Amino acid sequence: MAKSQVSMTVNGKKVEELVEPRTLLIHFLREQLHLTGPHIGCDTSHCGACTVDLDGKSVKSCTVFTVQANGADIRTIEGMAAADGTLHVLQEAFREMHGLQCGFCTPGMITRAYRLLQENKNPTEEEIRLGISGNLCRCTGYQNIVKAIQYAAAKISGVPFQEAAE
Amino acid sequence: MNEMTPTSAERAEKLQGMGCKRKRVEDIRFVQGKGNYVDDITLPGMLYGDFTRSPHAHARVKTIDTTKAAAVPGVVAVITAETLKTVNLAWMPTLAGDVQMVLADGKVVFQNQEVAFVIAEDRYTAADAAELVEVEYEALPCNVDPLKAMAANAPVIREDVKDKKEGAHGPRKHYNHVFNWQAGDKVAADAAFEKADVTIKEMIVYPRVHPCPLETCQCVASFDKIRGELTLWGTFQAPHVIRTVGSLISKIPEHKIHVIAPDIGGGFGNKVGAYPGYICAIVASIVTGRPVKWVEDRIENLSTTAFARDFYMETEIAATKDGKVTGLRCYTVADHGAFDACANATKWPAGLFSIISGSYDIPAAHVSVDGVYTNKAPGGVAYRCSFRVTEAAYAIERAMDIMAQKLKMDPVEFRMKNLIRREQFPYTSTFGWVYDSGDYHTALNKAVETVGYKKLRVEQKKQQEAFKRGETRELMGIGVAFFTEIVGAGPSRNCDILGIAMFDSAEIRIHPTGSGICRLGTKSQGQGHETTYAQIIATELGLPADNIMVEEGNTDTAPYGLGTYGSRSTPVSGAATAMACRKIKAKAQMIAAYMLEVHDDDLEWDVDRFRVKGNPERFKTMTELAWAAYHEVPPGMEPGLEAINYYDPPNFTFPFGAYICVVDVDVDTGSTKVRRFYALDDCGTRINPMIIEGQIHGGLTEAFGIAMGQEIHYDEDGNVTTASLMDYFLPTAVETPKWEVDFTTTPSPHHPIGAKGVGESPNVGGVPCFSNAVNDAFGFLGSTNIPMPHDNWRTWTAAENLGLHK
Repeated sequence: MAKSQVSMTVNGKKVEELVEPRTLLIHFLREQLHLTGPHIGCDTSHCGACTVDLDGKSVKSCTVFTVQANGADIRTIEGMAAADGTLHVLQEAFREMHGLQCGFCTPGMITRAYRLLQENKNPTEEEIRLGISGNLCRCTGYQNIVKAIQYAAAKISGVPFQEAAE
Repeated sequence: MNEMTPTSAERAEKLQGMGCKRKRVEDIRFVQGKGNYVDDITLPGMLYGDFTRSPHAHARVKTIDTTKAAAVPGVVAVITAETLKTVNLAWMPTLAGDVQMVLADGKVVFQNQEVAFVIAEDRYTAADAAELVEVEYEALPCNVDPLKAMAANAPVIREDVKDKKEGAHGPRKHYNHVFNWQAGDKVAADAAFEKADVTIKEMIVYPRVHPCPLETCQCVASFDKIRGELTLWGTFQAPHVIRTVGSLISKIPEHKIHVIAPDIGGGFGNKVGAYPGYICAIVASIVTGRPVKWVEDRIENLSTTAFARDFYMETEIAATKDGKVTGLRCYTVADHGAFDACANATKWPAGLFSIISGSYDIPAAHVSVDGVYTNKAPGGVAYRCSFRVTEAAYAIERAMDIMAQKLKMDPVEFRMKNLIRREQFPYTSTFGWVYDSGDYHTALNKAVETVGYKKLRVEQKKQQEAFKRGETRELMGIGVAFFTEIVGAGPSRNCDILGIAMFDSAEIRIHPTGSGICRLGTKSQGQGHETTYAQIIATELGLPADNIMVEEGNTDTAPYGLGTYGSRSTPVSGAATAMACRKIKAKAQMIAAYMLEVHDDDLEWDVDRFRVKGNPERFKTMTELAWAAYHEVPPGMEPGLEAINYYDPPNFTFPFGAYICVVDVDVDTGSTKVRRFYALDDCGTRINPMIIEGQIHGGLTEAFGIAMGQEIHYDEDGNVTTASLMDYFLPTAVETPKWEVDFTTTPSPHHPIGAKGVGESPNVGGVPCFSNAVNDAFGFLGSTNIPMPHDNWRTWTAAENLGLHK
């Protein structure tokens, strides 16, 4: 099949590649760029394990053709930590609050939470739950994911994190 | 002693041993997207396999033409049953003593069954070509109803065994019959029912569901023809079992098979078994001489690998009029699909279903289970439960509520009257299980007090009155469940898989500088083993948990073990870890005695060191002893500091819990809101409370999914109608309730550290608790058993049937 040329910025780096027009963005990221953080969990854009940030929006990269991302600015989980290796506050928060277990949904979940906090710096619990409802987790029951996002939001805003009473 | 020497308590805290909310070691890679899952593996020259699957539930396969598929550029080979026959692998044995087609041989017996395997240079080409395999089918009548499987005119599903009078588990009474299994004393149970003041009988159905971990089943097979060695990476909850089974069926010597389970994206029972995809990938690698990757998509996962439950349980309880249970009977029809690929201990075709007497002191009981074949996907795995324990817990907890309702007793009061009393432990159940420890009344009392149960009942009564007056269209339901699990399979006298006793293992090697590595036969799929096993070692050996690396999933390096499922890691491998530590500690004590020039018995253990009794300034820390083990051991002693333990547990462990749930049901829409869910768990000694709570949150969420919306459903033509996440309910953060978790601690007396296992408790106890809550909402209107799952449609229908919409 004839290949198309695409160029985009991924985690701050310019990439130029040739892809089959039907190549899904998730396969391009994972298999051509070797960014295996985003995962494939359902193929029907329900689970959100493949979530990446594309031009300031959360997208499910299993439902985007790579050619549609031509010219885009993409951030994956691999682009969350600082260049010196310091974890992003959300990455730290997920560990602190035990917001992950098997780790398979985690890259998509953190990437989604990152955009959520860009859109809403101080979300309520309800807003967080709605905001991550496109990302499924089979292990945690979400409670500690919600807590992790609250922890990160507090830390970003410079206020002390207070755990809600159960 | 130096003034600055930290106290024992301070030193203990630094170790991050048992009881500490240690942050997880695994998370550092997972939060950065640096986990290593099977689909992340890429090998030079790797090919991709994909299946052509059957659109029919039951059909004869007349011809398979692979010409067009094989002609697609990039396709390397197409494998059918005929190819597999040349290596005697068209069929494979199942863990349950049955056989299963790897690829359709003569006919197909369930929808989406594997028919041909296409191997291509990339996954897109493989998928394209799989569509081009031309199969001519002749449709046959099908049956997907287990209750009709043994009818005189039922379709013959398994022609290969239709004339066999004996199955793997005894006599067969019909060509679609798999086994009959019984436990208990039928005569005594029947007598109890004859004498009973009150009896109830209800068909309690636990529908077919699927564990649905977020990562599907997948593998990479790489056969090295020169060395004759196979390396198989895969999503395996039980890597050693896969190696042994792989060797038995492929005839590759076991030492030339290297099975590696890297990070696993959730398992919940889905990844215990051996599937056609693994066999096909292995054969494909042998045929092509190149590595072959096979990755299930979600539809394939939900419709072909490892369903759970599908138990039809006609359950009866006998009681005195003042509420003492005197007897229990349960006749169950178990749907195993087209092949009995149940993942149970081999001698237990219905698993540990005889835990059905639950938490109650029931004097007489009998169960009988008939397994049957239908035109549905094969399996019968333990989805987040020890084998068939969740089915048993659902039946008894539902039935107890139905009896309480008939006796006009409060369900808590009725349970209190029948719970096994603390002084009865160790308690031998009527089925012969020896419950190790428990304090049930304390747990239930704590639950009832914490939620303000009496007040809730008063509120419910008021709401019911208001409903009758037409002032509200909402009903309040209060669900109570008290469960006892049987986990930690298991003692070799009870449990084996294909003849291999269900022990587990730990091998610990302490390095000269006082750090070390622990390798185990279990395999974490999210449970946090790398964190918690190190905590056991920290407490046992007095070395910081941070200095212990835990490694699982590599059959070349790990000692043999039976894997992680059935909440067996802590009860079995956790025990093995403690016992291996104790061997190391005993050697360290001898080295310490030699160095301190005292007798072994003159030393005592203090957190991280041996000290001389009565002279605590004279001591040797474990770190010092580790160094000494490599250069100044007593004369005649072997150098080094390591140990291995294979632990054959003396008994199962019996975690328990008391759960209470409050729901509000809108009778006009059928929608149910969970107002509160309180879970008290007793898993014995708690290794990491943070991880325990996380396990309980997750298990409750899976229970919520099962009780409120999950079902693998087939229409009468055998089409699976719930094979994607569009139709199969997985709760999102929005529907998922907030969990209130609590605990009591009753250690297991026979386990070296007293731990019982916890991962599955919330699923086992959660499902009946939700279901009891929804049923409780309608109970005052005379309804006894609304079937699961309690989705809006079924709940609305229940309300409709009760005439609530007139």
